[in-house]
Amino acid sequence: MKATAGVDWCEVVDALAEKHDRKPHALMGILQDLQMEYGHVCPDAQIEVALALGISPTHVSDVISFYHFLCSEPKGQYVVWLCQTISCDMADKDQIAKALSDELGISFGETTGDGLFTLEYTNCMGMCDQAPAMLVNDEVHVSLTPDSAREIIAGYRREGGLG
Amino acid sequence: MNEQVREIGTQIKVTINGEEYTARRGSTVLEICEDNGIPIPTLCAHDDLKPAGICRICVVDINGGWNLETACTWEVHDPDTVITTHSPRIRRARRAILELLLAEHCGECYTCIRGGNCELEDLAEIYGVRDLRFEREDPRFEPDTSSVSIYRDMDKCIQCRRCVRACDELQAVGALGVFGRGPESRVDTFEGMSFDEAVCTNCGQCVAHCPTGALQEIDHTRAVWAAIEDPEKHVVVQTAPAIRAAIGEEFGLPPGTSVTGRMTTALRDLGFDRVFDTNFAADLTILEEGTELLLRLQAALVEGKDVKLPQITSCSPGWIKYIELFYPDLVDHLSTCKSPQQMFGALMKSFYAEEQGIDPEKMVTVSLMPCTAKKFEAQRPEMADSGHQDVDYVLTTREMAQMIKEAGIPFTQLKDSQYDEPFGDASGAALIFGATGGVMEAALRTAYEIVTGREVPFENLNITATRGFEGFKTGSIVLEDVLDEWSFLEGVELKFGIAHGLANAHEVMERLRRGEMDDVHFIEIMACPGGCLGGGGQPIPTTDVIRQARANAIYSEDEGLPIRKSHENPHVNYLYEHYLTDGPCGHRSHELLHTEYTPRGFRLKK
Amino acid sequence: MGAQMVLGPYTPGAAIDAALKMKRSDVVVTVRESGLRGRGGAGFPTGTKWMLAAAATGDEKYVVCNADEGEPGTFKDRVLLSDHADLVFDGMAVCAYAIGARKGFVYLRGEYRYLLADLEATLERMREENRLGKSIAGKDGFDFDIEIRLGSGAYVCGEESALIESLEGRRGEPRIRPPFPVSAGYLGRPTAVNNVETFALASRIMEKGAEWFSEIGTDESAGYKLFSVSGDCENPGVYELPMGTSINELLTTVGAEDAVAVQVGGASGEMVTRDAFNRRLAFEDVATGGSVIVFGPERNLLDVLENFMDFFTDESCGQCTPCRLGIRRLLNGVRDLKKGALSADDLKMLRGLSKSVAISSKCGLGQSCDTPFASILDAHLKGVAQ
Ligand SMILES: Cc1cc2nc3c(=O)[nH]c(=O)nc-3n(C[C@H](O)[C@H](O)[C@H](O)COP(=O)(O)O)c2cc1C
Ligand code: SF4
Ligand code: SF4
Ligand code: SF4
Ligand code: FES
Repeated sequence: MKATAGVDWCEVVDALAEKHDRKPHALMGILQDLQMEYGHVCPDAQIEVALALGISPTHVSDVISFYHFLCSEPKGQYVVWLCQTISCDMADKDQIAKALSDELGISFGETTGDGLFTLEYTNCMGMCDQAPAMLVNDEVHVSLTPDSAREIIAGYRREGGLG
Repeated sequence: MNEQVREIGTQIKVTINGEEYTARRGSTVLEICEDNGIPIPTLCAHDDLKPAGICRICVVDINGGWNLETACTWEVHDPDTVITTHSPRIRRARRAILELLLAEHCGECYTCIRGGNCELEDLAEIYGVRDLRFEREDPRFEPDTSSVSIYRDMDKCIQCRRCVRACDELQAVGALGVFGRGPESRVDTFEGMSFDEAVCTNCGQCVAHCPTGALQEIDHTRAVWAAIEDPEKHVVVQTAPAIRAAIGEEFGLPPGTSVTGRMTTALRDLGFDRVFDTNFAADLTILEEGTELLLRLQAALVEGKDVKLPQITSCSPGWIKYIELFYPDLVDHLSTCKSPQQMFGALMKSFYAEEQGIDPEKMVTVSLMPCTAKKFEAQRPEMADSGHQDVDYVLTTREMAQMIKEAGIPFTQLKDSQYDEPFGDASGAALIFGATGGVMEAALRTAYEIVTGREVPFENLNITATRGFEGFKTGSIVLEDVLDEWSFLEGVELKFGIAHGLANAHEVMERLRRGEMDDVHFIEIMACPGGCLGGGGQPIPTTDVIRQARANAIYSEDEGLPIRKSHENPHVNYLYEHYLTDGPCGHRSHELLHTEYTPRGFRLKK
Repeated sequence: MGAQMVLGPYTPGAAIDAALKMKRSDVVVTVRESGLRGRGGAGFPTGTKWMLAAAATGDEKYVVCNADEGEPGTFKDRVLLSDHADLVFDGMAVCAYAIGARKGFVYLRGEYRYLLADLEATLERMREENRLGKSIAGKDGFDFDIEIRLGSGAYVCGEESALIESLEGRRGEPRIRPPFPVSAGYLGRPTAVNNVETFALASRIMEKGAEWFSEIGTDESAGYKLFSVSGDCENPGVYELPMGTSINELLTTVGAEDAVAVQVGGASGEMVTRDAFNRRLAFEDVATGGSVIVFGPERNLLDVLENFMDFFTDESCGQCTPCRLGIRRLLNGVRDLKKGALSADDLKMLRGLSKSVAISSKCGLGQSCDTPFASILDAHLKGVAQ
């Protein structure tokens, strides 16, 4: 995940608009790319996107606020999305939640002090046959146990610490 | 899904509540019901806006479907459509919706600016809501008092999105959006900015379209009461052209009732020391702005200078802020003339104060405007050329009506009275400033006569090409047999354009940027749909039907006035003879009556 | 698992080849005759939809594959896209041919981004094999390509008009309907939106013929159906069974003989209790997009209801009043009920509210809230489970 400080958003967004198109229908693609690269879409970037696509910055930010996987405030390098919907819930997702919370020392909705992890709930992610499940950024982890959840976190911690 | 479109407009029979009605194919159930006097409650619908179908209060039964459909969105194409507008399940659904809205609507109706004119309150009355089945929600928001013109109290918001749609569809500003989703959603600005920071033109169309008190003007009535009641203060009020055709609505008079004389009486009764007509300054504007145009034309045609044409009018502060925000590189097209309000303000604390021997410090200048952007304009730092803030307070039509009611003045029964001198009798040309196209018509009446020495060649001086509510109108007038000093204009076809509503202004500016306006000389732009008569400070509701009625009132009053041309206003001529002695666009007038602009907005960062 | 007709082996391109042997209009007729109904949940006849899209006028038309699969308990589209993408994409090409579209989109939910690389590779391979691109399979004038667009975490974007809003770069809020996407969809042009499974089945129908399909299932619900089974059962997973299979049969197949209730159709579906397990999974009986969640005797059904109402509250787009504000009231009511703090009058009031929300909401999300609310409440009150 790249840092946002000092980025020339005009240039970055221009390249993305070139890739996706300079029309409003390119908005989601551009926002998703920015989200992937920088972990959020900061207001300055939003303004550039709006100017590039000829829409109001307000509508860029209201779109961001609609989608759970887009945000305008930075989150952790790894966003852990634990599924909270029924099949995962019945497969003891609460225990996984507790293991994650304990392991990271944060509650859901929070980010660790080192900026590495954010814990979030998400709704049914289509892994009900292998519940409980979670996403870490865009990687899927299924059939979780408290132990496996802790291990997964440890793996990302190693990776993130290196990166 | 059916082959409907071709047939729109033909008459079909529909059944509503068991009765047969004829309807225009393609009209909505709501339109049909309204035409036939069948009541349907609405909240998110507004005649100015595209249907959204989101409040759901207007649900009706179509052909006995399992679910209900919204009357405001359902277009009737099928001749056999059977519509039911009241039944137990319809009543229950509407009532549920209403109670859900009321339970999260925080605020006391009796302290609300919209008390008595709130669509939510009206429905609560109709539905006899005496208690709520749902627990009341706690307030979620802090009122936003940051703006100098618009006040937000989003705990009163019912999320009908009329403000968002007005700002998008009518004004192409996009200052407002819906943030979050589900029960957490809210109407807000970019990144939750306060209204003074938001990219907003202060036009007030959001306010004018809000069904509740969630959006309102920033209150100046208290300050004005204090001024009026202070014996030390000389309080003068100027009234914009569009007020007299609308303020009667606040007192139950039908739209289009002209109440000029009653209004001046009411203002005097209220305690204003002098009641002046902004139209005086509108006439002045015509001379200044017309001269500016002729000078630009001269510079371009004779001196070959690179002056910006078309010249664009600068009377509408919402439009001024719009161009500053969205076309900061094109502000040189604007006339440098201040708006009539500000010309008047500058003269009050200079010319008028000197003539009358009043200490400007002891003067309070109030203007009565159809507009919320005027509140912003009055507080622009550069609007102090008299050495004081030129205009102290701006009251909207609605605020003034409230004050008149509060004072207990029987408005409708009042006797007519005149405006005070020395700014009385203005021209009909100034009066029509209140309607879109009016500035252009007034300017043409004067400019044509200055250049040719003859009256404009139209019956009764009515330049109909400038009238009507088409979004962008163009026209031209050929200058022939001109006076010697204007010989460079001989045979020139003066081309003009007129736009109202910022969405139309946006189109015009895009075309201008593409070079498609190069042959146009003069463009009038007004921020609000219909011009000032549809301003953000006018009585609520305002719709096209009401705009038309107000326009009719304005145009017929113009026809009845003895003076129809700005350059024939004797007070204006007196002013040039005795005060602005170097004439229109002279040095003195430049100091007092002209201004400069401030590029701003997101685009500046580029 | 199950019949393996849809999920069985497939020769990439077979469906396109078969379709191209027919006139465009005959492709539509074949799909109509097969009796195929949309697998996304609503069960709209696919042939009719294609016919309308083919008849609609527009300078461009679009095919959209709805891969937003957000209904709790469904994951069969994931399986199709993971293992049978050729079948799905070929189905889109068949549709494009039938309605005269040159551009298709797959709206892939953000949660499935991990599939993106493989899916792009499949599309690339199809282009190389001339199953996408210009003059597909040598057919002059049949140009079609597919672009994958991602969602970003919003269940309601599975609703077809919200999906189109999202494709156009807006909040995923359902549109006013009519007009339906077939006449005014993406960028206002005729657009056929179908579920992943629907396209896969269209491919099979091209391959094996309308009769093969229509003979399976019931009169009103032809063919095979993929069921996503999860919850209290031994073998959760995707099952392929004929339409009309009874809940009992399904439960036996998945190893859930002690089930006391099943939720058919996800959070927006219906809860069926043990006494009614002989009911059939078909549009005319218990309708479903394929989600089957099984509950054993240990479950508290109010927990289930709370979970679902929480889901809807979270996923409501919020544009319309009854859904935005009403469902939260239902959720609070369920919570009160769990605490024993809900009077009988209040419960009655909430049942009424739920009905009102359902009949007055703008889209299927709000409209379907009463089905789970009423059926789960009834199941709970019957005392079938804990
Ligand atoms: C809230 C909501 C969510 C939906 N989600 C999906 C979905 O994830 N996938 C899908 O195919 N259809 C979904 N639908 C149904 C679609 O609106 C549409 O009917 C379907 O994509 C049409 O395809 P089909 O005819 O092939 O079923 C959803 C509908 C609603 C109201
Ligand atoms: S004042 Fe005008 S520009 Fe500002 S938010 Fe309201 S409608 Fe939009
Ligand atoms: S502020 Fe007023 S106009 Fe805007 S959504 Fe709320 S109630 Fe409607
Ligand atoms: S029913 Fe719910 S999800 Fe559907 S449009 Fe209304 S608020 Fe949005
Ligand atoms: S008035 Fe029809 S939905 Fe709001």
